[in-house]
Amino acid sequence: MSDDILVDIQDLHFNYDGRPVLQGINMKIPRGKVVAIMGGSGCGKTTLLRCIGGQLHPTGGSVRLEKHQVCQMSEAELYRLRRRMGMLFQFGALFTDLTVFENVAFPLREHTNLSEEMIRDLVLMKLEAVGLRGAHALMPGSLSGGMARRVALARAIALDPMLIMYDEPFTGLDPIALGVIGRLIRSLNDALGATSIMVTHDIQESLLIVDYIYFLNGGQVVAEGTPDEIRASRDPFVHQFVHAEPDGPVHFDYPAPSVGQDFMPGGAHVGAA
Amino acid sequence: MNRTVLDLWVGFFVALGLAAVLFLALKVGNLSSAHLSETYVLQAKFDNIGGLKVRGPVRSAGVLVGRISDIRFDPESYQAQVTMNIDGRYRFPRDTFASIYTAGLLGEQYIGFDVGGDEKMLQPGDSVKMTQSAVVLEKLISQFLFNKAAEGQDSK
Amino acid sequence: MSGPLDLVRSLGHATVDRIWRLGFATRFFFAILLHSGTAFRRLPLTLREIYFSGVLSLMIILVSGLFVGLVLGLQGYETLQRYGSTEALGILVALSLVRELGPVVAGLLFASRAGSSITAEIGLMKATEQLKAMDMMAVNPIARVVAPRFWGGVISMPLLAAMFSAMGVFGGWLVGVVLIGVDDGAFWSQMQSSVDFRYDILNGIIKSVVFGFAVSLIAVFEGYDSVPTAEGVSRAITRTVVTSAMTILALDFILTSFMFRGNS
Repeated sequence: MSDDILVDIQDLHFNYDGRPVLQGINMKIPRGKVVAIMGGSGCGKTTLLRCIGGQLHPTGGSVRLEKHQVCQMSEAELYRLRRRMGMLFQFGALFTDLTVFENVAFPLREHTNLSEEMIRDLVLMKLEAVGLRGAHALMPGSLSGGMARRVALARAIALDPMLIMYDEPFTGLDPIALGVIGRLIRSLNDALGATSIMVTHDIQESLLIVDYIYFLNGGQVVAEGTPDEIRASRDPFVHQFVHAEPDGPVHFDYPAPSVGQDFMPGGAHVGAA
Repeated sequence: MNRTVLDLWVGFFVALGLAAVLFLALKVGNLSSAHLSETYVLQAKFDNIGGLKVRGPVRSAGVLVGRISDIRFDPESYQAQVTMNIDGRYRFPRDTFASIYTAGLLGEQYIGFDVGGDEKMLQPGDSVKMTQSAVVLEKLISQFLFNKAAEGQDSK
Repeated sequence: MSGPLDLVRSLGHATVDRIWRLGFATRFFFAILLHSGTAFRRLPLTLREIYFSGVLSLMIILVSGLFVGLVLGLQGYETLQRYGSTEALGILVALSLVRELGPVVAGLLFASRAGSSITAEIGLMKATEQLKAMDMMAVNPIARVVAPRFWGGVISMPLLAAMFSAMGVFGGWLVGVVLIGVDDGAFWSQMQSSVDFRYDILNGIIKSVVFGFAVSLIAVFEGYDSVPTAEGVSRAITRTVVTSAMTILALDFILTSFMFRGNS
């Protein structure tokens, strides 16, 4: 059974400055699938992703990747493991002082001893896969948001990783670019035989491309299922999320004393400190 | 930025920096003269060194022949023990006379070697036996006044 | 609410905070040393940083050095003339430059020209998640980004200080000899007989090396430690310039008191 589960997360806890962010996450991510992790802003999605990559050390629980216990690995072992991971950051995180070509070539130059011609061919192939072969000489500053995201995607897959992670890949994109990225995520995953974990709050696009969805709220998994199950779900949280309702299990109001208390003369001490 | 252009600039930069160091060492500093040759040590004892300083010059016939490397008080003879590094190219006879002079009226003080006629030379580590202390201006003036006063008494 | 106790508390907080940062900076320094292999194995990385912190500071250093020398020549002449010892102008210009002004002023200029841009660059890379991305690509950002910039600064700084001093001496010569008419031979020979290579020039170079280490460390540390927002980066740049300036002046005092202590 463990062979077709690539990432196995058990009872994961994480505190940030004493504030609990993750409170007992359990997830199994099967090999070859595209899995989305959803939830409102600040629910710990990105934290979870960074725990899988080993950039953050959880306060409790474990993350298993293949047969490696990520949380117990040394820096050197982690670096060896990360060569087989790709990650797409929220706004691409392209190196602003390098051209598009050099950005994609970066992991190849750092981790391989390939000849210059080999690197050239590989980089152009990766750029071709995201449709930007013609843009290889541009600087990141002159790219649109969607194009930057695609270049970053080409960079993330430069070393043919077994696991690709996406941190909010759809943020700030126009609908066309959003659709392009969504389709690329799916097709690249299948073409490379990789596994993808995508953190996002764009429910509609995700429902089209992913195999499985986890919903996070308050640092816990509150719902999970295939896109069809999610669409049909009666769960109030999922319902609120899918239909973008302002009030529900996730409250519109920030926790506050009762209205009567705050608006009564001399009732409260707001601003009197 | 092109690699070769960048390398060229960095090379130019480093060369310019080294040239500046060389300029400071040879043209501004004294690396070209005093420190290229080897030195040997001579000692001398003075009753009073006045304002002599470590690194002060040692001159003979007005030419710089060495530098003072150390000054300390000798508790046995109650004198000042001065150690000098002398340029290895120059040797001095054993009856050399070491005096403390002042350059100009208010200038720095230095040790001057007045060479004698002995055929034996001072060996490294030797002491210069004959020395003359610094002229202390106050002493000179008080001596002068004292003499004047004495003269005045005589003529009465 | 704010009594004397609060004052003591905030003082304590500020102190603890400073010491914590100092400790963190020290650990950061050792981390840089530990990861410096890449910076020297892959020389183009460091050469590129020498270009950015050294070559691009060339203009400001040379021009400032020239002007400082010109002013020293004028002022020095003015003062020395009263004592009728204008031929000592060379000594005055050269000693003040190689001992103090060269390393210190070049250090201050270096901090504001190169140090601030190093901080800005690293801070911006942090703010745009480039450092995290690098880390996820199994490339250590301290080895790949911080160490080359650090060593680039350490190498550039003494060279710049030497150029500053040389340019200043040239400026002093220009004013003293060419414009005012101090004797050319006296200018150089007096200078040479009084400026000792080991004692004056080497100590000046040592100073500039120490300043190079200090400014480069402060610059990369402030960048790496900056709050990853636009405001955080701009505050980090300010801190780099201010902290560098204070560190240079304080270190200069300490070094001077060790190097040039009254020797008699």
